[in-house]
Amino acid sequence: MADKIDKMTLILFSGEMDKALACFTLATTAAAMGFEVTIFFTFWGLNVLKKGGISTVKKTFLQKMFWFLNKGTKNKLPLTKFNFAGAGPEMMKMLMKQKKMASLPEMMAAAREMKVKYIACTTSCSIMGADRTDLIDEVDEMAGAATYLAEAKGSNVNLFI
Amino acid sequence: MDNIKADKDLDCLGLYCPVPIMKTAQVIKTMNSGEVLEVTADDIGILKDMPAWAKTTGNEFLGSKTEGDVHKVYVKKK
Repeated sequence: MADKIDKMTLILFSGEMDKALACFTLATTAAAMGFEVTIFFTFWGLNVLKKGGISTVKKTFLQKMFWFLNKGTKNKLPLTKFNFAGAGPEMMKMLMKQKKMASLPEMMAAAREMKVKYIACTTSCSIMGADRTDLIDEVDEMAGAATYLAEAKGSNVNLFI
Repeated sequence: MDNIKADKDLDCLGLYCPVPIMKTAQVIKTMNSGEVLEVTADDIGILKDMPAWAKTTGNEFLGSKTEGDVHKVYVKKK
């Protein structure tokens, strides 16, 4: 039972609030159950880790366009459905607040308290012209697929969101 | 379930998955082995989630009590 440590690895590929909430619900619950949890953030999922504001990293023209169009931080993400140009997520947040459900930033804070590990995908960062300075301080590692696979190899639960 | 005496209470009324489980994990850390925690919640998922959490963490699920929409679950720290 509790003799060997259980481990869960998650890939967060999506940058929508609903999917990020699913990811962090599982991450925090697993951590509360004594799992060692690692989340690998890649592609749109990196938005969850973005600091927001102005990036000081040098970018090509296309990367500038990408950075401009690919908005979003953990505080402001779209919904997979019913986005309505951003009205959907705000309504969802209101509903969650009324129901006293934990918001994404709150879930993320809880996850860190329980030592959930964050790995940010360096390849995705390169495409966007982003680096460590564009991401929140909580990121533990900047790494690639091999690091993720090495973590996932020893884990008993592994999900792609 | 009426004869269970809790050493500590945790009020999770109005809270949804996964918050009651997270809070339980935090509170149980502060307790001594053999002590019993009573968790009060109105999210019905607790009736399944608490035994699952206890089984995985090695703590003992003692049972539950339901009155109307309010559920009380009992866990004994290993």
